[in-house]
Amino acid sequence: MSLVPASIRDRGSYLLFLIPGGLLLLAVILVPFAMNVGISLTEWSGAGTPEWVGLDNYTRLMSDGTFWASFRHNVGLVVAMAILPTLAGLVIAAALFDFIGKHFGSRHAAVLRACVYLPQVLPIAVAGIVWSWILAPRDGALNEVLRAVGLDALAQNWLGDPDLALFTVMGVLLWIQVGYPVVIFMAGMGRVDPSLHEAAELDGASWWGRFFHVTVPQIRPEIFVVLLTCTIAALKVFAPIYVLTRGGPGGSTNVPSYYSFQNFFEKTQVGYGAAVATVLTVLILLLTAVFLRVQNRGER
Amino acid sequence: MRRHAVLWSMILLAAVMLAPFVLVALNAVKTPAEYSTGGPLDLPDGISLEGIVAFWERVDFGEKLWNSVVISGSVAVLAVVVSVFNAYALGIGRVRGRLWILVAFLVANTLPQEALVYPLYFLANEVGLYDTKLAVIVIFTVIQAAFGTYLLTSTLGGFPRELLEAARIDGATKWQTLVRIVVPISRPTLGVLFVFFFIWTWNEFFLPLVLLISNENQTVPVALGVLQGQRMMDATMTSASALLGVIPAIVFFLIFQRALTRGITAGAVK
Repeated sequence: MSLVPASIRDRGSYLLFLIPGGLLLLAVILVPFAMNVGISLTEWSGAGTPEWVGLDNYTRLMSDGTFWASFRHNVGLVVAMAILPTLAGLVIAAALFDFIGKHFGSRHAAVLRACVYLPQVLPIAVAGIVWSWILAPRDGALNEVLRAVGLDALAQNWLGDPDLALFTVMGVLLWIQVGYPVVIFMAGMGRVDPSLHEAAELDGASWWGRFFHVTVPQIRPEIFVVLLTCTIAALKVFAPIYVLTRGGPGGSTNVPSYYSFQNFFEKTQVGYGAAVATVLTVLILLLTAVFLRVQNRGER
Repeated sequence: MRRHAVLWSMILLAAVMLAPFVLVALNAVKTPAEYSTGGPLDLPDGISLEGIVAFWERVDFGEKLWNSVVISGSVAVLAVVVSVFNAYALGIGRVRGRLWILVAFLVANTLPQEALVYPLYFLANEVGLYDTKLAVIVIFTVIQAAFGTYLLTSTLGGFPRELLEAARIDGATKWQTLVRIVVPISRPTLGVLFVFFFIWTWNEFFLPLVLLISNENQTVPVALGVLQGQRMMDATMTSASALLGVIPAIVFFLIFQRALTRGITAGAVK
């Protein structure tokens, strides 16, 4: 028998399980991030000695139109990747779960869910290739379809028109993203106690009534997780921009992540790129904090 | 009536979601001549593998596939293991300060890779791991495990205490409890995590683009993305390249379908 109380002995030995994960976290995330913040306070081309400039990079950001525009574009991507997929995902998941699953069998629901989810398993860079080919101005499939049904006037240079490119990118991202909430929400709906629905039905609640008053509140944790992860994914979007537009035409689809990449590896303004990345990080962390706050309040 | 309206609208939605895949498949098996006369919408006369073979050889696609399998497979296994260890300590062990530790993992997963890329690029160079698969494997193990820790900790937080008590009374050590009780019962969740880690890592673009410079280390998305950026391919070769990028994703999807449908929650325990 040990003289150390069981609870303390427990804590100590459980702590051992954290060591590999903790060390890896330190080496790959925490130290590099601290370095990035350090670099953002310097002027550095990536070679030679970084020159300390304090907050100069950040004051420069404040008056950099390209930087602000990139954030405005990002708002559009949040709509396309988080808000619309969550709304559509709720309706699609409920339709599949309540109607298809119950009346036509869960097999049908699973097949349809698989179709909606499929773009999610596609590398986002490959999705970009598929779409840049479909959206090509002259012989792209989308314009060919429009011409084939007599809507020639709607044929566009989808990715080459500065007024349109951001919306086109948003459409592609919505296609990519919508399957993720559908799968998560359907899993959540499977968790909801059916007797809640039965009780509501006995009380005379319509399908929409049950959707808003039973399903949505019951899967609130899933909704928060989806909104949080999708918003963050939208703020980090890089691959589709790289493949579809390279931030063009005329910077109309540039986003902070691509802008920092440009500064790091094309313009060799590493300090400035690090400042862009740091601002993006602060924004993402603030969002995470707000979401977690709201979620905690919801659970209490 | 309404059931059928819902059914048909869902079928329409599925058709819209699948249309790009169908288009790619149709055009990848056309000859360039067929494409230039008929455009992207005509059905192919027969199956021509010209574009696919040309593209395969051009990028040595077999090598890219292997790189992706090695990187994604290693990351998925390692990240599940690390996540289980972390979540065991945090969710079941409830170690002191677990809330802050959990926040650190959550932050690690939410940090944009842009804020890590230059230091990682620099450090990888310093330790001689730049342009190696190992560097990418280690980095993504940490990033994915950070998410896994967050997710698994909340799942294991609700793990039935009676089972843990019973194991303790039977004299099981922490390690035995983890391996014989917690892991088997959490297997549905771990399976889902494995699948997601594999697919996410397979699909990663940004860090592999920066860290895997040489041809023989590139993953599938990086090889395709870089080539697309150069815009040097004709339409059939582009659709062939897209098809070759799509096929592995569909294959995993079919293999992993069951793990995906088991769902994220470990509700099966109750």
